[in-house]
Amino acid sequence: MTDADPVRLYRTVRLIRRFEERAIELVRSGHIVGGIHPYLGQEGIAAGVCAALRADDVVAGTHRGHGHVLAKGADPARMLAELCGRATGLNAGRGGSMHAADLGVGVLGANAIVGASGAIITGAVWARRRLGADAVGVSFFGDGAVNEGMLLEAFNLAALWRVPVLFVCENNGYATTMPVAAAVAGSIPGRAEAFGMTATVVDGQDPEEVHAVTAAAVARMRAGGGPELVEARTYRFDAHHTFEHAVRLDYRPPEEVARGRSRDPVAIQGARLPDARRVAVDAEVEATLTAAVEFALASPEPDPVDALAYLYASGLTARTGGG
Amino acid sequence: MPRLSYRRALTRALADELARDERVFLLGEDIRVAAANVTSGLVKRFGPERVRDTPLSEQAFTSFATGAALAGMRPVIEFQIPSLLFLVFEQIVNHAHKFPLMTGGQCAVPVTYLVPGSGSRKGWAGQHSDHPYSLFAHAGVTTVVPATPADAYGLLVSAVRCDDPVVLFAPAGALDVREDVDAAALVPVPLGRARVHRPGDDVTVVAVGHLVHDALAVAEELADQVSVEVFDPRTLYPFDWDSLVESVARTGRLVVVDDANRSCGVAGEVIATVVERVPLVAPPRRVTRPDGAVLPFAPALDRAVQPGRDQLLAAIHHVMKDG
Repeated sequence: MTDADPVRLYRTVRLIRRFEERAIELVRSGHIVGGIHPYLGQEGIAAGVCAALRADDVVAGTHRGHGHVLAKGADPARMLAELCGRATGLNAGRGGSMHAADLGVGVLGANAIVGASGAIITGAVWARRRLGADAVGVSFFGDGAVNEGMLLEAFNLAALWRVPVLFVCENNGYATTMPVAAAVAGSIPGRAEAFGMTATVVDGQDPEEVHAVTAAAVARMRAGGGPELVEARTYRFDAHHTFEHAVRLDYRPPEEVARGRSRDPVAIQGARLPDARRVAVDAEVEATLTAAVEFALASPEPDPVDALAYLYASGLTARTGGG
Repeated sequence: MPRLSYRRALTRALADELARDERVFLLGEDIRVAAANVTSGLVKRFGPERVRDTPLSEQAFTSFATGAALAGMRPVIEFQIPSLLFLVFEQIVNHAHKFPLMTGGQCAVPVTYLVPGSGSRKGWAGQHSDHPYSLFAHAGVTTVVPATPADAYGLLVSAVRCDDPVVLFAPAGALDVREDVDAAALVPVPLGRARVHRPGDDVTVVAVGHLVHDALAVAEELADQVSVEVFDPRTLYPFDWDSLVESVARTGRLVVVDDANRSCGVAGEVIATVVERVPLVAPPRRVTRPDGAVLPFAPALDRAVQPGRDQLLAAIHHVMKDG
């Protein structure tokens, strides 16, 4: 059911790492407009969690969402095309970085509103089970979301109705620039425990540990247990958003950044592979991403005539805005 | 012919859709006991799984419905109080409404938001007496305001079957309306299609929701002086512009009566669209709540802020005199 294969975990963290580095290059070259929220440093969480899920399980993510989409199985080429605003993108160029979604692999979307995914995934999992599947779901969110009322309401609803949702808090220490200590009264596990949920703290830099904790929680949930929370302690290696590359914001001491970057999930997982195997995976990932970049940049831009295509699933057409 | 009340028309529409489609379910506060007197008898017939009482967590259960819709269900949410829509505006507009476009057409979000008792309920004061339909029309969410029992039935059925989110406002001022309806006449009413309740030659009065009944009374009172056409849009978004243009092109005069605040209201949009397309013989008029109105508590003040028949009468006289 779940795959703790160290090679697979390494391939995923390496893929996300290199995807993000290539995406940052494309931001700098102007091919990705609007910038991105890089997932660098947090790869072990998406990789470990999603390796413990089945294809028919569902996840919903955050504005820092590339890792979740890739780890759940979306095509990196179509993902990159989406970031570049191309017609071949996962969302046909209508979503971009913060809304990338691939419902075909159970990704209900990155979501740009902090704390929004919890209630959506709770409803989706409840519905899938009602329709006969024994699916579980994962709501990813950051430490900033734990003070959002909407998320705490979702904790209550999921716990009350015993909907098997794993709430995964990626605590990278900062909500944009606000340190956790200055923003969070009480504790993150304490919030879940207040709703009667089991809460586990895990080292988010270790993909295998994240996988083990997730697999155990998923097994309990699939056996009829209610929702649980995992707080994955991690560190964001790069900026909150690539705009910071141009506007230096002074909120993380250099020594803290250096200490954070010293625990690198890609290096930690890579060290578990024989050198030759790791080199082979690296080459495979490079080939995948080189092809992805070529695909994205060769893809057509969407036709402005259809700018509001897909606005209504019912086929309703809106009035145009011109005079 | 049996008498059907507006409330029972809503009940019947919900029951028929629950019976017709297993994917339909109801969510809301105190719906099990039918506190709003709309879901009466439904829990007994369809069970508490499909007629689900929720904790007071409007934001969470609104997004829960979005998630359930993404997973294939067709939720209907009842909101006891119209002002709660301010609280969940984010969940409806930013998520339910935007998902189809943002995902590039990967999904539909067929959720119905049912608001029985919108507008003034007499004596419920500032936070229970709003009529926020213009906000949803502005955002581009399908917005329905039925005036009669048969239309309430037919539009609610169509809302539940629509693949997009639909907000249905059942004005408090219409809930006690009864009409003789043959059961065979209870059929789906297409969204986006207006209804002319009374044909006329001299002036088109566009009346929203319960004000249709006031407009009919005023038209009757004026019958020997002015021939008034009473035009009920039924759906405010998408609006049946072609039918309205056809009407005003015949009458040459336009009055709009709309129980909502004046600035940026539906009445303003109706006038703007008509004057873009039809030459009028007199400047159009609108009768609305004042700008920025907050409904005051005392009965005389509550009444003073809502559009009244005397104001409508005066507006009709104005357009007759001006032209």
